[in-house]
Amino acid sequence: MAQMKELSQKNETTKQLTLIQAINEAMRLMLEEDERTIILGEDIGKNGGVFRATEGLQEAFGDDRVVDTPLSEAGIIGTSIGLAVNGFRPVAEIQFLGFIYPAYEQIMTHVSRIRMRSMSRFTVPMVIRAPYGAGIRAPEIHSDSTEILFTHMPGIKVVCPSNPYDAKGLLIAAMEDPDPVLVLEPMKNYRAKKEAVPVGKYTVEIGKGKIVREGTDVTLIAWGAMISIAEKAAEQVEKKGISCEIIDLRTLYPIDRDMIAESVQKTTRAVIIHEAHNTGGLGNDIVSIINDTSFLYLRAPIERVTGFDVPVPFFTLEEHYLPTPARVVEGIEKVVHF
Amino acid sequence: MEHHYPIKRIIDNQGFLVDESLEKQIDEQLVKDLYYHMLRIRTFDRKAINLQRQGRLGTYAPLEGQEAAQVGSSLALSPADWVFPTYRDHGATITFGKSMMRTFLYWNGRVEGCVAPGNRNIFPPAVPIATQLPHAAGAAWAEKKRGTQNIAIAYFGDGATSEGDFHEGLNFASVLKLPVVFFNQNNGYAISVPIEKQMNSATIAQKSVAYGIPGVRIDGNDCFAVYFETKNAFEHARSGNGPTLIEAVTWRKGAHTTADDPSKYRPEKQGEDIVDPLIRLELFMKNYGYWNEDWIQATKERTSSEVEAAVEEMEKFPPPNVEDVFDHVYAEMPAQLADQKEAYLDYLGRQ
Repeated sequence: MAQMKELSQKNETTKQLTLIQAINEAMRLMLEEDERTIILGEDIGKNGGVFRATEGLQEAFGDDRVVDTPLSEAGIIGTSIGLAVNGFRPVAEIQFLGFIYPAYEQIMTHVSRIRMRSMSRFTVPMVIRAPYGAGIRAPEIHSDSTEILFTHMPGIKVVCPSNPYDAKGLLIAAMEDPDPVLVLEPMKNYRAKKEAVPVGKYTVEIGKGKIVREGTDVTLIAWGAMISIAEKAAEQVEKKGISCEIIDLRTLYPIDRDMIAESVQKTTRAVIIHEAHNTGGLGNDIVSIINDTSFLYLRAPIERVTGFDVPVPFFTLEEHYLPTPARVVEGIEKVVHF
Repeated sequence: MEHHYPIKRIIDNQGFLVDESLEKQIDEQLVKDLYYHMLRIRTFDRKAINLQRQGRLGTYAPLEGQEAAQVGSSLALSPADWVFPTYRDHGATITFGKSMMRTFLYWNGRVEGCVAPGNRNIFPPAVPIATQLPHAAGAAWAEKKRGTQNIAIAYFGDGATSEGDFHEGLNFASVLKLPVVFFNQNNGYAISVPIEKQMNSATIAQKSVAYGIPGVRIDGNDCFAVYFETKNAFEHARSGNGPTLIEAVTWRKGAHTTADDPSKYRPEKQGEDIVDPLIRLELFMKNYGYWNEDWIQATKERTSSEVEAAVEEMEKFPPPNVEDVFDHVYAEMPAQLADQKEAYLDYLGRQ
């Protein structure tokens, strides 16, 4: 609703887009506007990406700006570093987050560190896009949600849009950011719904969450594909008279601490939902933020509804791994009736 | 395979030209430049080891024995080119224009030591192995996209050829035909592991076949062979013909670092028959009339005083600034980091 307000204020024309189309729009717009933009990755050119995120871009901008690379994640990220320090603005697609690990060293040791190591003489303003998450019956290893490996990494920002509007705005913000940004795209939401997205350029500020539902009894904190799970749970408990506020975190580093604190201080309860594994999950950082800012406001211990400490199961069992509205409802009831 | 990649030489171990017709390539300025820079980095290198022994420098990676490889290749560069070194390539980076003072700082645990002069594109040394090869390919890609004549050089050792990033860098560069030269210094050992335990191939140069690019094997202790073959590879790259893999066969005379003891893993007399690259150049100079005692003496004095001045400057450098711990992680400091910084500075203030 807040976002519809933003739109009407701007009085801009909009298009009905899915999340994946919004991603495509963002890259198209930046390819048009900024000649330093270069899109690279596996199968992203002629094929338009395995999810069609880059559909039509190579045709429109040529194969030297939308580049089919060798199947080489460390090579994609490593060459993007060279491009970025030498004046270009690479947007590297890693086909699935579960395949990013060969490039982990490049990201951990160089992407995130070159500004510090060179005292800002060299910087890598680059974007890494990666579809993530379970729930689309993908083959094994395609469903990881390991955002914490990157939020733990000083020097990079991590964003995760849950909807088309934020996807376009956050991706453009990432492409204009002076620092490297990992954009995690929830595969499950790629084509989940269409919504009105402004045709022109706009950004969603990195580091700012969004209240997607206002409420008074409990704050649900989630991102990406877990937003719709939180929303369903909130609808169910509303019938029982429990009013949920939902924060879509949108940026996983740096986290919008103020929004979390303000909301939890109002509702006095919190449930954190993420599909990543429980131990070391980002939920623990959020618990710490609440502890640091709002401990004395709490009426109940904070509840976390998360994936388990197991590799994401094969898809016939993935529904048992992922948080469901019913599990979230249980978590909400636990904190409300503590 | 080895016979396909014979070691290219211009001067032999006694300092004689292997082919007298090569003499016309060599002029006095080149000889003097090679000698000056090789002596300069040797003086630096020995000084650094001494400083480390005296507790005035941190752990240091010596490069003695590799001066011809590092100076020959970096002298062949043009000022706008890109250099992606490892932690043992400060001979190359100093020759290319990095200050000795900054290089000392680097080995003294100072981040300021990574900062290259504004007019030289020298990347901070790669500390993990082979990760700089894709970076060099990427920087070269940017130059190619802009249509310049600039190239990139990636320095790496023999151990690096076992890493995945070696393959990914060469593969990318060859597929995209990027203006980059992969300059390998095969110094015989990756810390303690000899080359025959590193790879089953007879040479590193032959690995170029897999990428469909030229591979050149040179005597890495022959500064002329290094200079001219690297220059050829640079020209090849500048003319849009793509990458070259160079294997400069050399020898790490000393330890891996000042914390290492090679007597643990290297046979006692191994390497003794290798003629020192600086001595080889001196022999050449004497053989061909370039030896001028006054100039040699002046050069020795000049390099010593440059190194001493760099040490003095390094030791007078302002103490490290604690704010640097926080200030170069992001362009704009995130609030959580700003809080951490503020709290820590407050804490220090209370001490």
